[in-house]
Amino acid sequence: MKTAPSVVLHLFLQTARLKKKRAILTIASIAWGTVTILLLLAFGQGLSDQMRKNEQGMGRNISILWSGQMSKPYNGMPAGRTLAFADDDAAWVQERMGGFATVIGEIQKGRVPLAYGKKTVNGHVVGVEPPYRQWRNEVPVPGGRFIDALDFQRRRRVIFLGDKVAKDIFGAEDPVGKTLLVNRSPFLVVGVLEHRIQDSSYMGPDENQTFIPLTTFEAMFGRQNLDNLVLGVPEAARMPAALDRLRHLLGRKHGFDPTDNRAIFVWNTVEDNKESAAIFLGLELFLGIVGALTLIVGGVGVANIMFAVVKERTREIGVKMAIGARPRWITGPFILEASLYTFLGGLTGIVISLVIVTLLGLIPLDSSEVMGYLGHPHISIPIGVATTAILGMIGLLAGYFPARRAAGIDPAETLRYE
Amino acid sequence: METPSTPIIRMERIQKIYDTGKIKVEALTGIDLSIHKGEFVAVVGPSGSGKSTLMNLIGCLDTPTDGEYHLGGEAVAGLSRDGLADVRNRRIGFVFQNFNLLSQISAFENVEMPLVFGGRKVRERRERVRELLERVGLGDRMEHKPTELSGGQMQRVAIARALAMEPDVVLADEPTGNLDTGSGGDIMSLFSELWAQGRTLVVITHDMSLARRAGRIVEMRDGRIIADGAAAA
Repeated sequence: MKTAPSVVLHLFLQTARLKKKRAILTIASIAWGTVTILLLLAFGQGLSDQMRKNEQGMGRNISILWSGQMSKPYNGMPAGRTLAFADDDAAWVQERMGGFATVIGEIQKGRVPLAYGKKTVNGHVVGVEPPYRQWRNEVPVPGGRFIDALDFQRRRRVIFLGDKVAKDIFGAEDPVGKTLLVNRSPFLVVGVLEHRIQDSSYMGPDENQTFIPLTTFEAMFGRQNLDNLVLGVPEAARMPAALDRLRHLLGRKHGFDPTDNRAIFVWNTVEDNKESAAIFLGLELFLGIVGALTLIVGGVGVANIMFAVVKERTREIGVKMAIGARPRWITGPFILEASLYTFLGGLTGIVISLVIVTLLGLIPLDSSEVMGYLGHPHISIPIGVATTAILGMIGLLAGYFPARRAAGIDPAETLRYE
Repeated sequence: METPSTPIIRMERIQKIYDTGKIKVEALTGIDLSIHKGEFVAVVGPSGSGKSTLMNLIGCLDTPTDGEYHLGGEAVAGLSRDGLADVRNRRIGFVFQNFNLLSQISAFENVEMPLVFGGRKVRERRERVRELLERVGLGDRMEHKPTELSGGQMQRVAIARALAMEPDVVLADEPTGNLDTGSGGDIMSLFSELWAQGRTLVVITHDMSLARRAGRIVEMRDGRIIADGAAAA
């Protein structure tokens, strides 16, 4: 007996053979729609990821604190006294904070002569404690390392170089293992900063800094007050509480009112991140809307093609009905057509997008300023599949319903259709 | 099964009203008509007399508003849409005034289509289509598209298509209406041959020279049959 699938296949192949151009057009428009949306969202994602990364170039979930002037009297002491962080403040607070937050002390000195061979430059030297590596995101180029606990403990003369400084002094040479004269004292270069984009800084970007153990710094330049503290918390939400505790502890140690906002200046980067998170959300929303509109435009295109197909075939449908086609054999080829074209179009679109993104991925991020901000777009296969499915479904409905209607009325009427 | 006394087509009180919402047009007002196997019936009448409506109803292309219609002993009213499709495929062969061939596929594929719907195997289809096209004198035109054929040739393809499934009845609506006298004559001769081979034919025509070839002439006017009898030879 008759098997519907073979009849549907026969009819489909007959039309597909006749309408190659239309098939190609339909596949192309589905592919184009998929590519457009995939790339749009991929670039959006890449941009937003990269901006987030750049923004956190200085470190995640940190606050930078400077000492200021007290504006409130405290315990019988007048306002107007100047606060200076003592060199043991970071360790003292850390002891009382436990694992709640990390406090790191930092001292800087500018215009320090750095000499290697015949080359001498004026450098900026920062004395730091080892946790600085983690909290201030000081990632070494493979083969090197940052200042570690042993360096700190033994006051070793080791130095970690910002990538720009390293290049200025050593050029193409690998600085690791070389001896650099810092203020005429020999220092061993232990590592170089891996290049990163840093959106924010408080003493210039880290690529221009050189880092030595805080203990070594103190021994070399004489004990000094800490210039600033770095406060790091494991999760952003803990920052206000950590700042509050720190103010109370230091208020007790130095004798100032913990509610005195001018005794300590705080730069809370978590707050900045919150603001930019809103911007990213806005960006994603914007891209989503553009994507949805693009999808509608693509859908209208596909629907138009399918609708026109059924229109031009209404009479043909009548003829087929008159010679014995069952309704399903009329609608079947449309469904097959829409599904197959959607599949091919979607596949083509996803492959094209992947190729474009892969080619872009070959361009190194630090090759230009633009790439550093654009980042590497990421193709989302589920979004590609969903886009294709939506376009295909629109095409299917646009073809299926008119075809079903045409197949559902008496052929006498369909045959009159011109 | 059909006995010689059972008509292939039996219509009783068939009525067809076209309701356009504003006006109702009664195209057929109670038709009683029986056609037996082997008959060649010509339906004549002025335009608007209901001839085409009658043919659409006989061919199950349209459904009557009222009345009973039995085709090959089977009540058509009880059939599903698939059932109707199968009836059109197996029991009826259509020949239209404007041919109604699918213009983008070849003569071969046009004739093959009812066989595809009938579930025939590829090899059987191929043999059958070749045989049919040779019979209507188009053995050398099988791969031509309708647009590459003359009117007479197109109508012969349509007749080959109508015969493909060996239907109980061949229905033709003004088959010579769009043809010149010469090719019209060829088509008429073809119908006469088919009748001679024992086929049942129902032909709607304006053309009295075609009607006179039939064994029986049914004359219609204003939606009813006003005369039904043997053709005067």
